[in-house]
Amino acid sequence: MKVIVNISLKEGVLDPEGQAIKTSLSNLGFENLNDVRTGKQIILNFVNLEENEAVLEAKKMCEDLLVNTVIEKYKINILRN
Amino acid sequence: MRSGVTIFPGSNCDRDIIVALKNITGKAPIKMWHKDTEFPNLDLIVIPGGFSFGDYLRCGALAARSPVIKNIKNHISRGGAVLGICNGFQILIEAGILPGSLIRNKKLLFTCRDTMLEIQDTIISPFLSGLKKEHHLNIPVAHNEGNFFASETLLNELKNDGRIAFKYIKEVNNDTDYNPNGSSNDIAGILSKNGRVLGMMPHPERAINNLHGGTDGLKFLTKSFEQIIG
Repeated sequence: MKVIVNISLKEGVLDPEGQAIKTSLSNLGFENLNDVRTGKQIILNFVNLEENEAVLEAKKMCEDLLVNTVIEKYKINILRN
Repeated sequence: MRSGVTIFPGSNCDRDIIVALKNITGKAPIKMWHKDTEFPNLDLIVIPGGFSFGDYLRCGALAARSPVIKNIKNHISRGGAVLGICNGFQILIEAGILPGSLIRNKKLLFTCRDTMLEIQDTIISPFLSGLKKEHHLNIPVAHNEGNFFASETLLNELKNDGRIAFKYIKEVNNDTDYNPNGSSNDIAGILSKNGRVLGMMPHPERAINNLHGGTDGLKFLTKSFEQIIG
């Protein structure tokens, strides 16, 4: 079973990559943007775990390694086939 | 002085600091491979610059979970000194040894150039107490993620507790580009609560010979080592 972790910068943390993308988008004529924020996605492919166990395991992984909770936030979603 | 230098896959400033340690102290440091856990007691451990584990996930994140880190934490609890340079600073933060975060440079550019550092009023620290505050240090930086970020609360705490070691400073009044990465309050390096762990983005080992363009790094390292064994 796959669990998807979406990691993004917390509000108030400078996202220079997002800003650069926003500038580039407005150069292309996309003017209806207030802000662009970037992030990353990690897909965890679990074996032998129930959904709730996998989510708990993923949460522990986020706290231990995957996420820097000083500057980042995360969301865990189950990918159902 | 008994010293050690950690080496991770992707460390690339290890040789330079080993040369500096050997030249200054007359004794070669031991090399500490990231998977090793048994080391003799040391006075100083240096975590050198580089791109440990290819900067995967976040700079320093994977190195900070390596077996050798446990040894570094034990060394710190015995009162040992630790110097983290550049990627070494990132690793110290990721390991929770120093607070805050080092994020992408504000201008999104890998920045490799000289910076001028102002020595701050700090708690007692072997890394700072041999230096004169009025003498600025000219030491180069080379990084992509050196923008020190922290909450206002933490920034105030670091300032009030005398844990800000170095700040980037203007050489001339109208210099608007003196801070190479957008770091909060121009912070270039911070200390642990006991003053014996220093994390800094600039590379002192790259300023130890006139052929490097300056020797302020040599001055800083020499004074630090004197204090560590003194």
